[in-house]
Amino acid sequence: MADTVQSTNNSTTSAAKAEGNIIARFFRATEIDTRMLGMIGALLIIWVGFHIMTGGLFLTPRNLWNLSVQTASVAVMATGMVLVIVTRNIDLSVGSILGFTGMVMGVMQARFLPEIFGFNHPAIWVIALICGLIVGGLIGALHGSIIAFLGVPSFIVTLGGLLIWRGATWFVTSGQTVAPMDANFRLMGGGTEGSIGATWSWVVGIIACLAIIAAIVNARRQRKRFAFPRRPIWAEYVLVALGCVIVLGAVSIANDYYWPINIARRYAEANNIAWPEGGLLISQGIAIPVLMAIAVGIVMTFIATRLRFGRYVFAIGGNPEAAELAGIKTRWVTVKIFALMGILCAIAAAISTARLNAATNAQGELDELYTIAAAVIGGTSLAGGMGSIAGAMLGALVMQSLQSGMVLLGIDTPFQRIVVGIVLVMAVWLDTVYRARSK
Amino acid sequence: MTDQTTPLVELKNISISFGGIHAVENASVDLFPGEVVALLGHNGAGKSTLIKILSGAYKRDGGDIMINGEAADIRNPRDAKKYGIETIYQTLAVADNVDAAANLYLGRELQTKWGTLDDVAMEANTREVMGRLNPNFKRFKEPVKALSGGQRQSVAIARAILFDARILIMDEPTAALGPQETAQVGDLIKQLKREGIGIFLISHDIHDVFDLADRVFVMKNGKVVGHARTEDVTKDEVLGMIILGKVPPGATPGPGAMKTA
Repeated sequence: MADTVQSTNNSTTSAAKAEGNIIARFFRATEIDTRMLGMIGALLIIWVGFHIMTGGLFLTPRNLWNLSVQTASVAVMATGMVLVIVTRNIDLSVGSILGFTGMVMGVMQARFLPEIFGFNHPAIWVIALICGLIVGGLIGALHGSIIAFLGVPSFIVTLGGLLIWRGATWFVTSGQTVAPMDANFRLMGGGTEGSIGATWSWVVGIIACLAIIAAIVNARRQRKRFAFPRRPIWAEYVLVALGCVIVLGAVSIANDYYWPINIARRYAEANNIAWPEGGLLISQGIAIPVLMAIAVGIVMTFIATRLRFGRYVFAIGGNPEAAELAGIKTRWVTVKIFALMGILCAIAAAISTARLNAATNAQGELDELYTIAAAVIGGTSLAGGMGSIAGAMLGALVMQSLQSGMVLLGIDTPFQRIVVGIVLVMAVWLDTVYRARSK
Repeated sequence: MTDQTTPLVELKNISISFGGIHAVENASVDLFPGEVVALLGHNGAGKSTLIKILSGAYKRDGGDIMINGEAADIRNPRDAKKYGIETIYQTLAVADNVDAAANLYLGRELQTKWGTLDDVAMEANTREVMGRLNPNFKRFKEPVKALSGGQRQSVAIARAILFDARILIMDEPTAALGPQETAQVGDLIKQLKREGIGIFLISHDIHDVFDLADRVFVMKNGKVVGHARTEDVTKDEVLGMIILGKVPPGATPGPGAMKTA
């Protein structure tokens, strides 16, 4: 919109420029964020590169499906880290909060609740999860209060939190691993059981497509109501088509990954299905943790862009004094941000404990660094005021793709870390260059 | 205008100190509707501090704030806005990273019935106000960072107008502006004055404000040196007040006036 206005403003120069370059005109009309596009480009390069280097192992439905499940936990936390970093804070304690809330949920469902309800009672996973969310929220609110009201820098508060909650995790069970998890709780970890199958995946995909169409139609109608400049109509069609193709493509990949042969055989025997010639092909569909991460991403994007709270977060990041003088209760906003971060850690803890089928005292170690890296690679500026939820989730996917690809290549763990570290620094450097140039 | 009996704003015997240093001591200032009062003094004279008490950014240690003759309870910027006091700061005016509409409505966003931000309505109102104020302003969707100093200042002023300010505080409003933009802000001040808004202009440079102001208050070392109607004193005399604290015959001396033997 800005660009269309501008081009009418100084029509001679920019019109000449736009006509000369079809690609530039396309981006201007569709308003696609070029930096986001750069990230998607980088991701595709990584994917294709690994695909070639591994001799065709990377871009398979199976690997992509696993990649999506592996990304979920860090992606969930990265959405909260965006808000934290946007307000010029940092949260180093997310991995430890993940460990602690995971341990709380583990002990609840493996030790306390079965004594009351009996094993695998349907209420257990709900109660355990809610306990985890409350504990996470309280820890976050505590951190936020110390930062906002006592004026201790967030770096220090959460560095303390990193040690404290890791220690507390150990303290809960004296270092013992808690296993196994409740059967219903385990669905949140993905796997064959924790996926929604082909039919529901298509349903989700089609709902997503309808939502994309509705959002674009609504935005256009709103702008028409106030007679604001609108995108050319072809650009709207392109955006709808692009969105739907991506969604349905992802669904079809998830559905192309079938149950492992042994599980399928057991299922066939249990349900008296004759074993067909080419094997029984049952689609996994989208994994539940991935759906959770996507839902978190949508909710967080909504919070960040559509609610007052989100507006305040960005305003505080841009100019804390101006925000304060505009009458925003900046301290409360800080407390809320950290509480939200704690809740997201608990959701991530649910995903990762369910996936591991155990709560261990090392769970989530180093996750704070991956989470921060994901947010930063995703375009969140450590100087504050800039960042997007979608970018951070994409950043998490980039990080996980690198790791997954290196595992497929058989690269040793120490060397993996070296590469991830180099990529982080490079990504931020490229971003700095991009920003300097766009000024 | 000054013949009206109740002032729009009256700051009575205001004091504030930071760690034992009296930033403002026993200062009294008043402002009538449709009047422009300039608050002059060197850097560190306490004028910004005094005015930040009125805008709610600082809490006073002593003294009273009267709005329309009634005691006002101002403890934070939100309280001040309730009394129709809007402040335009020299540097802190805007959040750089969000657009003009977001800045105009910062802290008072319009919401839809579902409690979400009503961005289109805010943008529509912003376009209307900015159209009145600065018809050349077209960059509604860009972060304020991308705007020129004058455009940013017009965003800050638009914010005050949008919410029907009765008392406008402008802290060095033209410090960051070029000559043409300064003239623009001057016209704007005259327009607001005609609408009956009381305006405090704060400046350390007398040339910026002398022609716009109806009265001047001069501060030195946290105390009010004196005040005068601009027609009763010359620029040089006011300069004498700023630099030496020497009160000319046309002015009314305050507690900070130089003691004459």
